[in-house]
Amino acid sequence: MSLESGSATDQQVEVLSQKFTLGFTYTRSTGPVVGRFLSSLRDGKMVGVKGSDGRVIVPPVEYDPVTAEALTEFVDVADTGKVVNWCWVAEPTEHHPLSHPFAWGMVKLDGADTPILHAIDTQGDATQMATGMKVRVRWLDQAQGNIKDIVCFEPGESSSGNVPEHDFEEPVVMMDAPTYLDYNYTAGNATARYLHQIRKGKIVGQKAPGGDFVYVPPRGSCPATGVATTEEVECADVATVESFTIVHIPIPGNPIKPPYVVANLLADGADVSFIHLLSEVDNDAVKIGMRVKAVWKPEEEWSYAMDNIRYWKPLENESDKGGK
Amino acid sequence: MQDVAIVSFVQSDCVRHAGAQNEVELIMPVVQAALKEAGLISVQDVDFTCSGSCDYQQGAAFAFVAGVDALGAVPPIKESHVEMDAAWALYESWLKIQMGQAESALIYGFGKSSPGQLSNVLSLQLDPYYLAPLGVDTISLAAMQARSLLESGEVSEVDLAEVVVNSRANAKNNPHAQLSGDFTVDQLLAEPETVSPLRKHDCCPISDGAAAMIICTVEKAKAMGKPYAVIKGIDHRIETHHVTLRDLRRSPSVEIAAKKAGVHDAPVDVAEIYAPFSHQEIIVKRALGLDDSVAINPSGGVLAGHLFMASGLSRVGEVAKRIIAGEYKRGVAHATSGPCLQQNMITVLEGM
Repeated sequence: MSLESGSATDQQVEVLSQKFTLGFTYTRSTGPVVGRFLSSLRDGKMVGVKGSDGRVIVPPVEYDPVTAEALTEFVDVADTGKVVNWCWVAEPTEHHPLSHPFAWGMVKLDGADTPILHAIDTQGDATQMATGMKVRVRWLDQAQGNIKDIVCFEPGESSSGNVPEHDFEEPVVMMDAPTYLDYNYTAGNATARYLHQIRKGKIVGQKAPGGDFVYVPPRGSCPATGVATTEEVECADVATVESFTIVHIPIPGNPIKPPYVVANLLADGADVSFIHLLSEVDNDAVKIGMRVKAVWKPEEEWSYAMDNIRYWKPLENESDKGGK
Repeated sequence: MQDVAIVSFVQSDCVRHAGAQNEVELIMPVVQAALKEAGLISVQDVDFTCSGSCDYQQGAAFAFVAGVDALGAVPPIKESHVEMDAAWALYESWLKIQMGQAESALIYGFGKSSPGQLSNVLSLQLDPYYLAPLGVDTISLAAMQARSLLESGEVSEVDLAEVVVNSRANAKNNPHAQLSGDFTVDQLLAEPETVSPLRKHDCCPISDGAAAMIICTVEKAKAMGKPYAVIKGIDHRIETHHVTLRDLRRSPSVEIAAKKAGVHDAPVDVAEIYAPFSHQEIIVKRALGLDDSVAINPSGGVLAGHLFMASGLSRVGEVAKRIIAGEYKRGVAHATSGPCLQQNMITVLEGM
């Protein structure tokens, strides 16, 4: 049970990568149970819900974890409690609530039967942490209506006495919950080889050995057969319009002003079309089957990207190839 | 339930960075090798295909769809995907065979974790109101699980280190392992704690790679004339999503799944446990009711290499491989998902 060599994995090229951040900028509806908890935070109050077995669950959950019964009986609990479990984060990340070393802790609040999980701040001193220690909530100065209204817990026998300021009285029913993830995306072996050619002003498609289809751009395999596209086939920067659409509405984040033409283009020598822009054309005159040629950026601006080609424009006559 | 045969299993090396290879390029070699090992020519020769992966690893919606490009799905094939470890794709495929809708299936799992930050990606599986906004990460949750075990006095730091010593030693015989070698408990305990009480070696490495498996009815396996292992039982159980409401020292879901899958019906001599953190191997072993006569993680387990989204399938494959080779007679494969062993799947395997 081992891999055979001789596959595309052996064709190593320079790794091309691009950093990007993916944001999920969602607003979430809280529902009545979570909403009740978040609403109480602005008054400096912690609230739990009574489970089917009578234990007080904090923070409250909508359904009992054992019986699945809908839970509705809210119970006030203290903003002080006891640490029942913890770990020490020596190197916090930008996603963490505190920027200096801190503990995550499970804190059983006075009056609660289950713990709440949050950060505990001992000013970076791990030796102050112990299971069983007493802590209290450190409240945010200005309530936002989400879990971060609790900044963290801190060592303390009794409540801090501080209560968050707030400028809203209506119950919390929605909360902002943006999440950002950082990536360093790598292009893939086949795509990297393709982009190296684009960098040189060439459209070089790829096909599987013995395969019928030349792919522009290649993504690693001939999808029809599942075989790596190890053979390169240079294509012309002249193409045929396979299909097109005229965009009349602005696309968020797109610098191009509508109306503009987006087309499926089949480069001479390729068997599969790619998507690019058409310009220097009367939009009403664009038609399927139209012959077009690439309008390249100046060579000194070329990079590993398809927008080395600014757009495509009608080919006046078949001998008029090139245009870089 | 009808017996289902595993006729081939292939996985890639576990590597921290797969370099320029994209997911399709990671999948193609293992799928082709798994087909070849089963004596099949192409994906057209199986009735059903199912994959497991996580779009958040690539950071693109519907990223898993591109994986199909690795298969050769022309003419169109019957295909499905689970946003889970490929062990659950095995489960779906097993169900297809039970339902009589397929006699054979290709299962594959893949993950390229290196472009992103796996620990942060996994934060997104937590409660979106109370935990995810705080950036609670999986390593920290596992660390608290470890502390609850350590402070109960049931388990010591030495026990945790022994798990790692055994993993690294066993992994010396696994050509796909990322971490292997000879270590002593004292050596490991001399290392600093990273997220206390866990040390770096208590946490699995992060690996890029893929794995593939072919299963079929026993009749079909006999017709193929290939050696095979048999799935005698399979079961999946889930605990509450709220991690603070669980007794993290126990795994009731493993206990139930083990019983339902028939682990205790006959002696077990090998087990592959999907434990991304050393203490979790102890929890799962205990919940499975296995004693010290059972060989645990002869491959080294995921502490030696962690193909996120394929490691569960690999546990099944590693047990099957050893049963086919005649090294063991009856084995258990464990797969997990979610924080602190929230979900667990148990597969019981025997020889032909």
